[in-house]
Amino acid sequence: MPTFYLTRREHFNAAHKLYNPQWTTEQNDAVFGKCANENWHGHNFELFVTVKGAPDPDTGFIVDAKLLSKIIKEFVVDVLDHRNLNLDIPFMQGKICSIENLIFEIWGQLAPHMPKGVQLHCIKLVETPRIFVEYFGD
Amino acid sequence: MGEKVAVYREEHFNAAHRLNNAAWSAEQNKLIFGKCNLPNYHGHNYVIIVKVVGEVDPETGYVIDMKVLSDLIAENILDKFDHKNLNLDVPAFADLNPSAENIAIVIFGILRPLINEHLDLQVRLYETPRNFVEYPYQLK
Repeated sequence: MPTFYLTRREHFNAAHKLYNPQWTTEQNDAVFGKCANENWHGHNFELFVTVKGAPDPDTGFIVDAKLLSKIIKEFVVDVLDHRNLNLDIPFMQGKICSIENLIFEIWGQLAPHMPKGVQLHCIKLVETPRIFVEYFGD
Repeated sequence: MGEKVAVYREEHFNAAHRLNNAAWSAEQNKLIFGKCNLPNYHGHNYVIIVKVVGEVDPETGYVIDMKVLSDLIAENILDKFDHKNLNLDVPAFADLNPSAENIAIVIFGILRPLINEHLDLQVRLYETPRNFVEYPYQLK
């Protein structure tokens, strides 16, 4: 049976800053530059969630893309959209708000909610049109 | 008279903001602005497209030197807006809601005196890939 990859794209807008509370302000500024701006900045984030599998013989698809969208919305987009990632998000508390750390936590939010037989393959998180990260669950 | 041509420079900045009317109650702000009113701010990848219209200078072949235009935008807009909180860090929005409309008006107001008065100017601002505004709404 051939394997297919299906990707659902969603988006959310949020504020954040890069800041290590163990460091001085000067050290944060030196390492994170303008991303450490005290009063936050923000992005239009885009999220690409890719699942892997074989099409169900009855439906012809790996997963109902509408259902996948609903899961991403419920556990990720509705939680993050129009929020401050440092202050408002329980699963980012105590963590530096880099996109690497954020994508790792997003994986943790989504993986347990994949429908039966659907394997989460990759998440891509786009912070700007020029910067994105990918995580494969390794 | 040289031919009139429109030239465009695209730039971008990332910023946090929230929509809030200080004269309203918290309930009214929430009702009108919804999640854009959330207290801890959210943010966008803003894209600005600055349009300059004028006659082509026969000596240079330019309407405006794009490097000069780029430097003007970088120095007067990007350096002040990028990786900032528009409500807290940009004085123009101390008492002005940083809606896309008002951001475009403010950017136009900053750039207009810096560009030759014989050239027309228009600012398009994208707040998201799906929401954008233009000011002024038509060239004079």
